[in-house]
Order: sequence, then C-alpha cells, then structure tokens
Amino acid sequence: MGKPTRVTNRIRALRFAAGEMTQADLADKVGVTRQTVIAIEQGRYSPSLEMAFQIARVFDVPLDDVFQYPQEG
Amino acid sequence: MPFEEKMTWVSLVVAVAVPIWYVATMISRLQSTHAADIAFQRPLITAIIASVVLTVIGAIVMSIGTSVTATIQGRKPEDEIDRKDERDKTISRRGDLIGFYVSTAGVVGVLALTMLEYEYVWIASALYLSFAVGTLVGSVVKIVSYHRGF
Repeated sequence: MGKPTRVTNRIRALRFAAGEMTQADLADKVGVTRQTVIAIEQGRYSPSLEMAFQIARVFDVPLDDVFQYPQEG
Repeated sequence: MPFEEKMTWVSLVVAVAVPIWYVATMISRLQSTHAADIAFQRPLITAIIASVVLTVIGAIVMSIGTSVTATIQGRKPEDEIDRKDERDKTISRRGDLIGFYVSTAGVVGVLALTMLEYEYVWIASALYLSFAVGTLVGSVVKIVSYHRGF
C-alpha cells in the first residue's frame, strides 16, 4: 500500500502520550470517521489545514508538533 | 469501513449486476429478432428501475447491518451512519468526476451512432451503458481511493 502524501505525522505517538487515546476517541473529538484517522496516521491522506489544526488542538500542541513536511533537496 | 464506502460497494454491485442482466437479455433477443424490430423498452426501463430499487434496498441493508454492528461494539449507530467527513466528500467528488468523464465519452459515442442512423436499440443501449459504465468506474475509483489513498 503506497504513501501518496509526503506529509508525515506524530499522531500515534501523541495519542499514546495523551493517556493512550484510541483512534475512535480522536475521531470523535475531531468529528471525523475512525477510518480517516487511520488513513492520516498511515500517511494515506493529508487532512485539510482546518482538520490539521483541530487535531493539534486536541493534543494541545502546535501544528508543527503533529505534522511535518520534508525539506526539498 | 466507513458507511460511505459501504454505499459505494452497493453502487458497484448494482452497476455490475444490472447492466450484465440487460446485456444478456438484449443478446438473447438479438439472436431471434432483427435489431430494428427488437423490443428493448421494457428491459431498459426494468434495468433503470431495478438499479434504483436495488440501491435503496442495499442502503437499507447496510444501515441495519451498520447499526447492529455499532450497537454490539457499544458505539452510537447514528455516529457510524451519519458521520461523513472531508475525506469522504473528497473521495466522492473524485469518483463522480472521473465517472462523469467516462459517461461523457460514452455519450459522444452515442452521438456518433445517432449520426450514422443506427437502430434505436443500439442508441438506447449505448446511452444506458455509458451511464452504467460511468457509475461503475466512479465506484471503482472511490474504493481504490479509500484503500490506497490519494
């Protein structure tokens, strides 16, 4: 299964740091399906900027702590 | 599996099964009747109505199945069925757009058949199959997008 996006994320680590929050719990807090959380974690989907901010807000961290984009070259 | 993906599977199955039945019916009639005399109206209308009815039945079955599964897992059924997020919408738009392109290409072929004055049965069938194949391709694109990402 390929990874169509270059955006990486630390959602899995942040979930465990937040009292082992489940994917379903995160999905409920953001208002998306659990499958979307799974797709984001696995790098199969890049969320919109708005959803990215919502996810960062759940963990109470800056956006850069959740999502990273590799430097060119 | 998101509820939207389940509904896409329903569309895919209907978009395969009904056109296969229609084409099989037409082929059997063409073996005994000349194309100009063939009665295609009833099978065509049946196919269109069957597509709608089977999709509705599929939606009801999927809703009941999803509700039962969600209840067993201790989740709210309405969360599973009603929740449609930006990823679902993007995948839906992507599939519908590609399906539309395929249908449009088919309709161009139908125009060619019309200008070449083919029998009504060919024109009607080609038009129906253009939409059916468009729906089929759109459904496949959606399912692939759900699984492989985009």
